[in-house]
Amino acid sequence: MSDDLLELSAAQGAAAIAKGELGAQELFAFYRERAESDASADGDGLNCFTWVADDARQTPLQSGPGWSDSPDAPGSGPLAGVPLAVKDLFCTKGVPSQSGSRILEGYRPPYTASAVQALTSAGVTLLAKTNQDEFAMGSSTENSAYGPTLNPWDRARVPGGSSGGSAAAVAAGLAPWALGTDTGGSIRQPAALCGIVGLKPTYGSVSRFGMIAFASSLDQAGPLTRDVTDAALMLRHMVGLDPCDATSLDFPHEIELPRAERLDGLRLGVPAELRSLDADAAGGAGGGEGGGEIEPGVREAFERALKLAEGLGASIEEISLPHAPHALSAYYVLAPSEASSNLARFDGVRYGMRAAGAEDLLDMYTRTRHDGFGKEVKRRIMLGTYALSSGYYEAYYGRAQRVRTKISEDFEAAFASVDLILTPTSANVAFGLGEKTADPWSMYLSDYFTVPMSLAGIPAISIPCGLSGGLPVGLQVAGPAFSENRLLDAAYALEQALGFEEGAARV
Amino acid sequence: MARLARLALSDEEIEPMARELSAVLDHIAKIGELELDDVAPTSHVVELTGALRSDEPRPSLPREVALEQAPAVEGDGFLVPSPQA
Repeated sequence: MSDDLLELSAAQGAAAIAKGELGAQELFAFYRERAESDASADGDGLNCFTWVADDARQTPLQSGPGWSDSPDAPGSGPLAGVPLAVKDLFCTKGVPSQSGSRILEGYRPPYTASAVQALTSAGVTLLAKTNQDEFAMGSSTENSAYGPTLNPWDRARVPGGSSGGSAAAVAAGLAPWALGTDTGGSIRQPAALCGIVGLKPTYGSVSRFGMIAFASSLDQAGPLTRDVTDAALMLRHMVGLDPCDATSLDFPHEIELPRAERLDGLRLGVPAELRSLDADAAGGAGGGEGGGEIEPGVREAFERALKLAEGLGASIEEISLPHAPHALSAYYVLAPSEASSNLARFDGVRYGMRAAGAEDLLDMYTRTRHDGFGKEVKRRIMLGTYALSSGYYEAYYGRAQRVRTKISEDFEAAFASVDLILTPTSANVAFGLGEKTADPWSMYLSDYFTVPMSLAGIPAISIPCGLSGGLPVGLQVAGPAFSENRLLDAAYALEQALGFEEGAARV
Repeated sequence: MARLARLALSDEEIEPMARELSAVLDHIAKIGELELDDVAPTSHVVELTGALRSDEPRPSLPREVALEQAPAVEGDGFLVPSPQA
């Protein structure tokens, strides 16, 4: 029976429990044991988790928004009994929520993030909290204060990041599905590097309340799952207006489970700018800040997916996103600026750690932040403080916000002639541990293809589209704001046609 | 800049930090080459209306719960070192 349980997707697990063919406790116990064995493995685990539940009853329950505290009945709802792994940065009442940072070590929040609450109201049980780059700043999960997570496909490589614990856990079969967040690619890139599905929804469609903030104008919660159907199912129960997040909104329609088998009549756009990024093309990303090179195996898998899409009835057209090569530069002004402001709250006064032996209040602040924050977080706080400082604001932040407008306009123009846009999710497959830590910009380039969609606030999904050198390659499909149903349908049809074997990374 | 960011940095930390930040700023500086004078800055990516809630008092976090996670507490408040000890 155990192997059969591992084969069930989250949607299949929910259906089996609803029909009475499977006990919720049986499914929870199965995954708890798998998750616990990874967490407690000395030296030979993947380090996917920062906390594993002892019991399904540890699932934080509350009803109504914000601080209110009358519990919902557990174990009811359409997702009843399906265990969920949740990225560390989501506040979960009474359960450690540390955002991968030493400064929040042992922090147990007094309330639960709205996205987690929405899913528990739909019936999921909290299985574990997953490892991540500190405050979601990173593309490899090497920036966690709790040690790096390893890629289950090859333990000498990173799982991507920042939602690397969530992605590796799902790929390795240590959780049926997981919740992550994406600021510049933190769901899509680890999903690609681990051979699973990751969806970043339209900005505002999922509440950010209770997510420990990185860059508030970009942060979005979304699913990391084994297949497209599970991504749709989780998203369906997450979207919606939340009175606790003024940037959240009513999703204009219900999220449907995808069914499309064909792509007849669908117009798919491929950015012309991708051509200059081939490994054999001279000069790199013409005009931009240099996008690195697309690995040949990634290019081949991408081209195969395009052929397959044509075979399913779609037309492929070249489109232009002329400002996309500048997206990364704009992003590395905007995200650190917002981070430097958001992270000002970590001062050693109200929660988390406080450095000992301070002489006065200012000394306590600066020492606490020195000891509590990791290298990359300090780097971004410094960058953001500089970009927002008097005299530099317009040259950096102001200009970056204007580039952001141009990028949104590029997408708007492209979506006038195509329905969806396809790119590789990442220019390369999972890279080696330590390979990019010495050079911050080389790490930042990991998000070259995912950052433009983040700046425009539009939805994008990564699905596995083959292997390069035995490691998974991700295909990114992006659409206009609120086009999630069309996006999921197209991704589903492609997924069926691609027939990716997702079980290879199971542990 | 570190003082402005309320970050203590040791002498050994300052040099690599300055070098890494300069390299990142060189890449970022490329946006200075774009013609953007007539472009409005983005303030929000998705159009929102009626984001204001009604101005009604609601319960907030109870004091004892708010103090529970603090590193140091005295009476009903957070305890901190004196500003000019």
